Amino acid sequence: MIKEARNDHCSKCGNRSELLQRLKQELKGNRYLSREIMAKVADETGISLSDVYGVATFYSFLPVQKTGTHVIKVCRCVPCDIKNAQAMIQFIEQEIGISPGETTSDGLFSFQLVGCIGACDQAPAMMIDDELFGMLTKERISEILESYRDGAMPLSKVASKKIS
Amino acid sequence: MEEKRIILKNCGVIDPRSLLSYLEIGGFKSFEKARDKMSPKQIIDEVKKSGLTGRGGAGFSCGLKWEISRNTKSDKKYIICNADEGEVGTFKDRYLIMNDPFSLIEGICIAGLAVGAQEAYIYLRAEYHYLYDLLCSAVLQVKEKGFLKHMNLTVFEGAGAYICGEESALMNSIEGKRGESRYKPPFPPVQGLWNKPTVINNVETLANIPHIIQHGATWFSSMGTARSKGTKIFCVSGDVTRPGVYELQMGSSLKGLICNLAGASDLKAVQVGGATGRIIPISMIDIPLSHETVMGSGAVIVFNNERDIIDIVYKNLLFLHEESCGNCTPCRDGLEAMVGIYERLSVFNGAQNDLKMLEDLSRVMSLASLCGLGQAASIPVMDSLNFFRNEYIQRIEQSMLLRSCRTIDDQCPREVERGNQI
Repeated sequence: MIKEARNDHCSKCGNRSELLQRLKQELKGNRYLSREIMAKVADETGISLSDVYGVATFYSFLPVQKTGTHVIKVCRCVPCDIKNAQAMIQFIEQEIGISPGETTSDGLFSFQLVGCIGACDQAPAMMIDDELFGMLTKERISEILESYRDGAMPLSKVASKKIS
Repeated sequence: MEEKRIILKNCGVIDPRSLLSYLEIGGFKSFEKARDKMSPKQIIDEVKKSGLTGRGGAGFSCGLKWEISRNTKSDKKYIICNADEGEVGTFKDRYLIMNDPFSLIEGICIAGLAVGAQEAYIYLRAEYHYLYDLLCSAVLQVKEKGFLKHMNLTVFEGAGAYICGEESALMNSIEGKRGESRYKPPFPPVQGLWNKPTVINNVETLANIPHIIQHGATWFSSMGTARSKGTKIFCVSGDVTRPGVYELQMGSSLKGLICNLAGASDLKAVQVGGATGRIIPISMIDIPLSHETVMGSGAVIVFNNERDIIDIVYKNLLFLHEESCGNCTPCRDGLEAMVGIYERLSVFNGAQNDLKMLEDLSRVMSLASLCGLGQAASIPVMDSLNFFRNEYIQRIEQSMLLRSCRTIDDQCPREVERGNQI
């Protein structure tokens, strides 16, 4: 009986430890974690729906509300803020016609302000989905957004430090 | 002032996608020495003697941490590399992983031997997903070469939460839970992941290990200060002409780093250590960088004379308030109250007792918060009050003047002149 309990605990551990990756996997085919998706994950892992919901809502990369095809995340922390991040944020608002926290009516872009993304040497910086864009200017932002509209997504440009 | 590139020496030299290029310059010789010529106790003694301390910001003795886990009886032990680099102004781990992932992995392999761990994780923040494939490929190559026979190493990606850089929240995250901090004790080296002994080390800490094993503890401890040995990678950003990573001996001058190397001028202040880092006024920038003085994660954000210190502290608090896990009242409600005060200060609506309120909140939060986020959130508040108090006083005086104009119906000359309705 003790062995069964231990095995059951271990299988639950195993299921539990996969939860984050499981939820991320679901996002590959869906733009957000709907109630139906979370219920399916709950069912398959044996974790309660409320627990799954509690975990999903904790993490910023696990959206539980509809998001756009592409999520623009602009860093608003101090190193980017003092390098004109605010001007970039206002420019993006004008370019795509929405404020942070919103999604465009065509569903192409969602727009968020986020904490430090570790590109302070390239400030001001943003991410679109998993791609990092540093040394932002209005011209660069226009080009980047245009390429996403065209469907040809540019690779991120994260410059390495000078090699001495 | 010159850099001392030891941990960064392979960056730009090896191909980060190729283990072969790392082996060609002597990579994994330290691991082979540790595996074939040293006992676990000897490895731990060497790391302890070196004086290596945590490079993520907490500065705990690396060797002591390993020793505690080694000596704790358990059927299973874990190594976790904390690559959840969320601290504001910090990008050294990103740089290391991008340019030399193999030093880190070699350090993890040696840690596994020392502690007797069977399982290891690299907890990579979600924002660094663009490094995920590179890191996984590096791990696979190391495994195929036979350096991971003693341990299973997995890259575990986070899901976007600054607090998961705190070790107990990180463990909860791997366990599939909300990334909330745990009460301590027990501490992770005794009871950590799945309640088993767990060593959690920063990327930079682990990247030091191959060098210590290769050159010895005496060599390593000959660099630095009494309590801060070796070198440290600093990340300079803000009002400088040459932002980036710089590796210096512990105890090097902050002024030398930001002025000589990073090109700072017209200085007002520097924040060292991230969002909860110390604020250093220009009068003190000769300060040496070490655990004994100021350091933290190594983030160095430079501010020139155009910058508004109150606004800078406000933006830091907004970030911390957003990222608080919410588990404990002092941090959750303390930050809420602080943000409220700074919000009013930012729109020139400060009050006479704001400064006393900030000081009272700081005292409670630093004493009673569950983890480092809440405990240290008030550091920039208190430092700015200490060194830039005049700016706060001026802001409050301006606020009172503005309010007095607004509350005197039809008597405020400016309002009468403008013909505004109050």
